[in-house]
Amino acid sequence: MKSAVLVFPGINRERDMARALKLASGNETAMVWHAETALPKGTDLVVVPGGFSYGDYLRCGAIAARAPVMDAVRDFAASGGLVLGVCNGFQILCESGLLPGVLMRNAGLKFVCRDVHMKVERSDTPFTRGYNAGQVIRVPVAHGEGNYEADEETLKRLEGDGRVLYRYCSAEGVVDEASNFNGAAHSIAGIVNERGNVLGMMPHPENHVEEIMGCTDGRGLFAGLVQQFEKAA
Amino acid sequence: MKARVTVTLKSGILDPQGKAIEGALKSLGVDGVASVRQGKVFDIELAATDKAKAEAALKAAADKLLANTVIENYRVEVLS
Repeated sequence: MKSAVLVFPGINRERDMARALKLASGNETAMVWHAETALPKGTDLVVVPGGFSYGDYLRCGAIAARAPVMDAVRDFAASGGLVLGVCNGFQILCESGLLPGVLMRNAGLKFVCRDVHMKVERSDTPFTRGYNAGQVIRVPVAHGEGNYEADEETLKRLEGDGRVLYRYCSAEGVVDEASNFNGAAHSIAGIVNERGNVLGMMPHPENHVEEIMGCTDGRGLFAGLVQQFEKAA
Repeated sequence: MKARVTVTLKSGILDPQGKAIEGALKSLGVDGVASVRQGKVFDIELAATDKAKAEAALKAAADKLLANTVIENYRVEVLS
Protein backbone atom coordinates (compact mmCIF):
# COMPACT_ATOMS: atom_id res chain seq x y z
CA MET A 1 0.00 0.00 0.00
CA LYS A 2 1.43 3.35 -1.07
CA SER A 3 0.23 6.17 1.15
CA ALA A 4 0.50 9.91 0.87
CA VAL A 5 0.15 12.12 3.94
CA LEU A 6 -0.80 15.73 3.31
CA VAL A 7 1.16 18.43 5.11
CA PHE A 8 -0.34 21.83 5.84
CA PRO A 9 1.23 24.60 7.95
CA GLY A 10 0.18 23.95 11.53
CA ILE A 11 -0.37 20.22 11.14
CA ASN A 12 1.44 18.26 13.88
CA ARG A 13 0.41 14.61 13.62
CA GLU A 14 1.81 13.89 10.17
CA ARG A 15 4.87 12.02 11.44
CA ASP A 16 2.85 9.85 13.82
CA MET A 17 0.62 9.00 10.88
CA ALA A 18 3.52 8.24 8.54
CA ARG A 19 5.07 6.01 11.19
CA ALA A 20 1.86 4.06 11.74
CA LEU A 21 1.39 3.62 7.99
CA LYS A 22 4.95 2.38 7.55
CA LEU A 23 4.56 0.00 10.44
CA ALA A 24 1.48 -1.51 8.85
CA SER A 25 2.50 -1.51 5.20
CA GLY A 26 6.31 -1.71 5.29
CA ASN A 27 6.43 1.09 2.73
CA GLU A 28 7.73 4.61 3.12
CA THR A 29 4.98 7.21 3.17
CA ALA A 30 5.08 10.17 0.81
CA MET A 31 4.70 13.55 2.52
CA VAL A 32 2.81 15.89 0.22
CA TRP A 33 3.02 19.65 0.73
CA HIS A 34 -0.25 21.59 0.54
CA ALA A 35 0.87 23.67 -2.43
CA GLU A 36 1.34 20.60 -4.65
CA THR A 37 -1.21 20.19 -7.43
CA ALA A 38 -0.80 16.43 -7.90
CA LEU A 39 -0.45 13.34 -5.73
CA PRO A 40 2.53 10.96 -6.20
CA LYS A 41 1.92 8.43 -8.96
CA GLY A 42 0.51 5.14 -7.73
CA THR A 43 -0.91 6.52 -4.48
CA ASP A 44 -3.36 4.03 -2.92
CA LEU A 45 -4.34 5.99 0.16
CA VAL A 46 -4.37 9.70 0.97
CA VAL A 47 -4.29 10.67 4.63
CA VAL A 48 -5.19 14.09 5.97
CA PRO A 49 -3.56 14.10 9.41
CA GLY A 50 -4.38 15.91 12.62
CA GLY A 51 -3.10 19.15 14.04
CA PHE A 52 -4.06 22.78 13.80
CA SER A 53 -3.77 23.73 10.14
CA TYR A 54 -3.47 27.49 9.76
CA GLY A 55 -3.87 27.86 13.51
CA ASP A 56 -7.56 26.91 13.22
CA TYR A 57 -8.13 30.44 11.88
CA LEU A 58 -11.58 31.26 10.54
CA ARG A 59 -12.96 27.75 11.22
CA CYS A 60 -11.07 24.52 11.89
CA GLY A 61 -9.89 23.13 8.56
CA ALA A 62 -11.51 25.91 6.51
CA ILE A 63 -8.34 27.30 4.97
CA ALA A 64 -6.61 23.95 4.44
CA ALA A 65 -9.73 22.71 2.66
CA ARG A 66 -9.13 25.35 -0.04
CA ALA A 67 -5.41 24.52 -0.55
CA PRO A 68 -4.25 23.56 -4.07
CA VAL A 69 -3.56 19.92 -3.12
CA MET A 70 -7.21 19.45 -2.15
CA ASP A 71 -8.29 19.64 -5.80
CA ALA A 72 -6.03 16.66 -6.47
CA VAL A 73 -7.56 14.88 -3.44
CA ARG A 74 -11.08 15.59 -4.73
CA ASP A 75 -10.16 14.06 -8.12
CA PHE A 76 -8.53 11.11 -6.37
CA ALA A 77 -11.67 10.51 -4.27
CA ALA A 78 -13.92 10.93 -7.31
CA SER A 79 -12.00 8.15 -9.05
CA GLY A 80 -12.57 5.86 -6.04
CA GLY A 81 -9.26 6.37 -4.21
CA LEU A 82 -9.28 5.87 -0.45
CA VAL A 83 -9.01 8.98 1.71
CA LEU A 84 -8.64 9.00 5.50
CA GLY A 85 -8.95 12.16 7.57
CA VAL A 86 -8.15 12.15 11.28
CA CYS A 87 -9.05 14.93 13.72
CA ASN A 88 -8.15 18.17 11.92
CA GLY A 89 -8.16 15.96 8.82
CA PHE A 90 -11.83 15.13 9.47
CA GLN A 91 -12.56 18.85 9.83
CA ILE A 92 -10.71 19.55 6.58
CA LEU A 93 -12.67 16.85 4.72
CA CYS A 94 -15.97 18.31 5.96
CA GLU A 95 -14.93 21.82 5.00
CA SER A 96 -13.81 20.64 1.56
CA GLY A 97 -17.19 19.10 0.86
CA LEU A 98 -15.85 15.55 0.66
CA LEU A 99 -17.87 14.64 3.75
CA PRO A 100 -21.21 16.06 4.89
CA GLY A 101 -21.76 17.94 8.14
CA VAL A 102 -19.50 19.96 10.35
CA LEU A 103 -17.39 19.63 13.51
CA MET A 104 -18.59 22.14 16.08
CA ARG A 105 -17.10 23.23 19.39
CA ASN A 106 -17.28 20.41 21.96
CA ALA A 107 -20.56 20.66 23.85
CA GLY A 108 -18.66 21.08 27.14
CA LEU A 109 -16.54 23.86 25.59
CA LYS A 110 -13.33 22.17 26.79
CA PHE A 111 -10.47 20.75 24.75
CA VAL A 112 -10.53 17.04 25.55
CA CYS A 113 -7.26 15.09 25.51
CA ARG A 114 -7.59 11.52 26.78
CA ASP A 115 -8.35 7.96 25.76
CA VAL A 116 -11.93 7.17 24.80
CA HIS A 117 -13.70 4.05 23.57
CA MET A 118 -15.44 3.63 20.31
CA LYS A 119 -17.48 0.90 18.76
CA VAL A 120 -16.77 -0.43 15.30
CA GLU A 121 -20.22 -0.50 13.71
CA ARG A 122 -19.42 -2.79 10.78
CA SER A 123 -16.42 -4.69 9.49
CA ASP A 124 -17.19 -4.87 5.77
CA THR A 125 -15.48 -1.64 4.73
CA PRO A 126 -11.85 -0.91 3.79
CA PHE A 127 -11.58 1.23 6.92
CA THR A 128 -12.90 -1.33 9.40
CA ARG A 129 -12.06 -4.75 7.96
CA GLY A 130 -9.26 -5.15 10.50
CA TYR A 131 -11.90 -5.30 13.25
CA ASN A 132 -15.02 -7.27 14.04
CA ALA A 133 -18.42 -5.60 13.87
CA GLY A 134 -19.36 -4.49 17.38
CA GLN A 135 -15.77 -4.54 18.61
CA VAL A 136 -14.87 -1.86 21.16
CA ILE A 137 -11.48 -0.19 20.77
CA ARG A 138 -9.62 2.33 22.88
CA VAL A 139 -8.20 5.35 21.08
CA PRO A 140 -6.86 8.76 22.10
CA VAL A 141 -8.69 11.99 21.28
CA ALA A 142 -7.28 15.50 21.42
CA HIS A 143 -9.65 18.14 20.13
CA GLY A 144 -11.74 21.15 21.04
CA GLU A 145 -14.00 20.97 17.99
CA GLY A 146 -15.13 17.40 17.50
CA ASN A 147 -18.84 17.71 18.05
CA TYR A 148 -20.19 16.29 14.79
CA GLU A 149 -23.39 17.92 13.60
CA ALA A 150 -25.45 17.65 10.44
CA ASP A 151 -29.05 18.35 9.53
CA GLU A 152 -31.68 15.71 10.36
CA GLU A 153 -31.95 14.62 6.74
CA THR A 154 -28.19 14.00 6.49
CA LEU A 155 -28.07 12.13 9.80
CA LYS A 156 -30.96 9.95 8.68
CA ARG A 157 -29.16 9.14 5.46
CA LEU A 158 -25.86 8.41 7.27
CA GLU A 159 -27.62 6.00 9.62
CA GLY A 160 -29.83 4.45 6.93
CA ASP A 161 -26.88 3.75 4.64
CA GLY A 162 -24.68 2.40 7.45
CA ARG A 163 -22.16 5.18 6.97
CA VAL A 164 -21.42 5.69 10.66
CA LEU A 165 -18.41 3.39 11.05
CA TYR A 166 -17.23 4.45 14.50
CA ARG A 167 -19.29 5.60 17.47
CA TYR A 168 -18.25 6.73 20.96
CA CYS A 169 -19.20 4.26 23.67
CA SER A 170 -18.31 3.14 27.18
CA ALA A 171 -15.55 0.58 27.81
CA GLU A 172 -18.33 -2.03 27.82
CA GLY A 173 -19.59 -0.90 24.43
CA VAL A 174 -22.67 0.97 25.60
CA VAL A 175 -23.46 4.01 23.45
CA ASP A 176 -24.86 6.56 25.89
CA GLU A 177 -24.76 10.20 26.83
CA ALA A 178 -21.99 9.73 29.39
CA SER A 179 -19.57 8.31 26.81
CA ASN A 180 -20.44 10.95 24.22
CA PHE A 181 -17.83 13.33 25.64
CA ASN A 182 -18.02 15.99 22.93
CA GLY A 183 -21.77 15.96 22.34
CA ALA A 184 -21.61 14.63 18.77
CA ALA A 185 -24.91 13.87 17.07
CA HIS A 186 -25.66 10.14 17.43
CA SER A 187 -22.30 9.76 19.25
CA ILE A 188 -20.61 9.87 15.85
CA ALA A 189 -16.82 9.40 15.93
CA GLY A 190 -16.31 8.55 12.25
CA ILE A 191 -18.31 8.55 9.01
CA VAL A 192 -17.77 7.71 5.37
CA ASN A 193 -19.01 9.45 2.23
CA GLU A 194 -21.77 8.01 0.06
CA ARG A 195 -19.37 5.94 -2.00
CA GLY A 196 -17.65 4.61 1.12
CA ASN A 197 -14.10 5.57 0.07
CA VAL A 198 -13.61 8.67 2.24
CA LEU A 199 -13.50 8.29 6.03
CA GLY A 200 -13.30 11.09 8.55
CA MET A 201 -12.83 10.40 12.26
CA MET A 202 -11.95 12.48 15.31
CA PRO A 203 -9.91 9.93 17.37
CA HIS A 204 -6.26 9.16 16.62
CA PRO A 205 -5.81 5.45 15.78
CA GLU A 206 -2.22 6.24 14.68
CA ASN A 207 -1.33 6.89 18.33
CA HIS A 208 -2.28 3.39 19.46
CA VAL A 209 -0.25 1.13 17.21
CA GLU A 210 2.84 0.12 19.20
CA GLU A 211 3.30 -1.61 22.56
CA ILE A 212 5.26 1.35 23.87
CA MET A 213 2.16 3.52 23.39
CA GLY A 214 0.35 1.39 25.96
CA CYS A 215 -2.29 0.16 23.56
CA THR A 216 -2.40 -1.25 20.04
CA ASP A 217 -6.12 -0.97 19.33
CA GLY A 218 -5.50 1.42 16.44
CA ARG A 219 -3.55 -1.18 14.47
CA GLY A 220 -6.66 -2.82 13.06
CA LEU A 221 -7.55 0.19 10.97
CA PHE A 222 -4.16 0.30 9.25
CA ALA A 223 -3.85 -3.48 8.97
CA GLY A 224 -7.29 -3.55 7.36
CA LEU A 225 -6.29 -0.96 4.79
CA VAL A 226 -3.13 -2.90 3.94
CA GLN A 227 -5.20 -6.09 3.57
CA GLN A 228 -7.54 -4.27 1.24
CA PHE A 229 -4.70 -3.64 -1.20
CA GLU A 230 -3.18 -7.11 -0.81
CA LYS A 231 -6.55 -8.51 -1.77
CA ALA A 232 -6.79 -6.18 -4.76
CA ALA A 233 -3.26 -6.96 -5.96
CA MET B 1 -14.73 50.85 -1.03
CA LYS B 2 -15.35 49.58 2.48
CA ALA B 3 -17.56 46.62 3.16
CA ARG B 4 -18.59 44.36 5.96
CA VAL B 5 -19.52 40.69 5.94
CA THR B 6 -21.31 39.43 9.04
CA VAL B 7 -21.42 35.70 9.64
CA THR B 8 -23.86 34.25 12.17
CA LEU B 9 -24.93 30.76 13.13
CA LYS B 10 -28.21 29.59 11.66
CA SER B 11 -31.05 29.40 14.11
CA GLY B 12 -31.35 25.99 15.68
CA ILE B 13 -27.58 25.39 15.54
CA LEU B 14 -26.21 24.83 19.03
CA ASP B 15 -23.87 27.67 20.00
CA PRO B 16 -21.90 26.63 23.12
CA GLN B 17 -19.75 29.78 22.94
CA GLY B 18 -22.84 31.99 22.88
CA LYS B 19 -24.24 30.05 25.83
CA ALA B 20 -21.04 30.57 27.81
CA ILE B 21 -21.07 34.31 27.06
CA GLU B 22 -24.73 34.43 28.06
CA GLY B 23 -23.88 32.76 31.37
CA ALA B 24 -20.99 35.18 31.97
CA LEU B 25 -23.22 38.21 31.31
CA LYS B 26 -25.78 36.90 33.78
CA SER B 27 -23.11 36.31 36.42
CA LEU B 28 -21.86 39.88 35.86
CA GLY B 29 -25.33 41.08 36.76
CA VAL B 30 -26.16 42.47 33.31
CA ASP B 31 -29.94 42.58 33.46
CA GLY B 32 -32.42 41.38 30.91
CA VAL B 33 -30.17 39.21 28.72
CA ALA B 34 -32.49 36.59 27.28
CA SER B 35 -29.96 34.87 25.00
CA VAL B 36 -26.66 35.39 23.17
CA ARG B 37 -25.58 34.07 19.78
CA GLN B 38 -22.03 34.87 18.73
CA GLY B 39 -20.66 35.31 15.21
CA LYS B 40 -17.94 36.93 13.14
CA VAL B 41 -17.48 40.28 11.41
CA PHE B 42 -15.12 40.78 8.46
CA ASP B 43 -14.23 44.36 7.50
CA ILE B 44 -13.04 44.25 3.93
CA GLU B 45 -11.59 46.93 1.69
CA LEU B 46 -12.25 46.49 -1.99
CA ALA B 47 -10.52 47.97 -5.03
CA ALA B 48 -13.81 47.96 -6.93
CA THR B 49 -15.78 51.18 -7.22
CA ASP B 50 -18.90 49.58 -8.66
CA LYS B 51 -21.32 48.63 -5.90
CA ALA B 52 -22.91 45.71 -7.73
CA LYS B 53 -19.52 44.23 -8.58
CA ALA B 54 -18.36 44.68 -5.01
CA GLU B 55 -21.41 42.89 -3.69
CA ALA B 56 -20.90 40.04 -6.12
CA ALA B 57 -17.27 39.68 -5.01
CA LEU B 58 -18.25 39.73 -1.34
CA LYS B 59 -20.94 37.14 -1.90
CA ALA B 60 -18.39 34.91 -3.65
CA ALA B 61 -15.97 35.41 -0.74
CA ALA B 62 -18.64 34.47 1.78
CA ASP B 63 -19.82 31.42 -0.16
CA LYS B 64 -16.34 30.12 -0.89
CA LEU B 65 -14.63 30.78 2.40
CA LEU B 66 -15.94 33.19 5.01
CA ALA B 67 -19.06 31.20 5.91
CA ASN B 68 -19.76 27.51 6.17
CA THR B 69 -23.27 27.60 4.76
CA VAL B 70 -24.09 24.25 6.35
CA ILE B 71 -24.34 26.01 9.71
CA GLU B 72 -23.91 29.73 9.05
CA ASN B 73 -25.77 32.61 7.43
CA TYR B 74 -24.04 35.73 6.18
CA ARG B 75 -24.95 39.31 5.40
CA VAL B 76 -23.03 41.53 2.98
CA GLU B 77 -23.01 45.33 3.37
CA VAL B 78 -21.18 47.87 1.26
CA LEU B 79 -20.46 50.68 3.71
CA SER B 80 -19.01 53.45 1.54
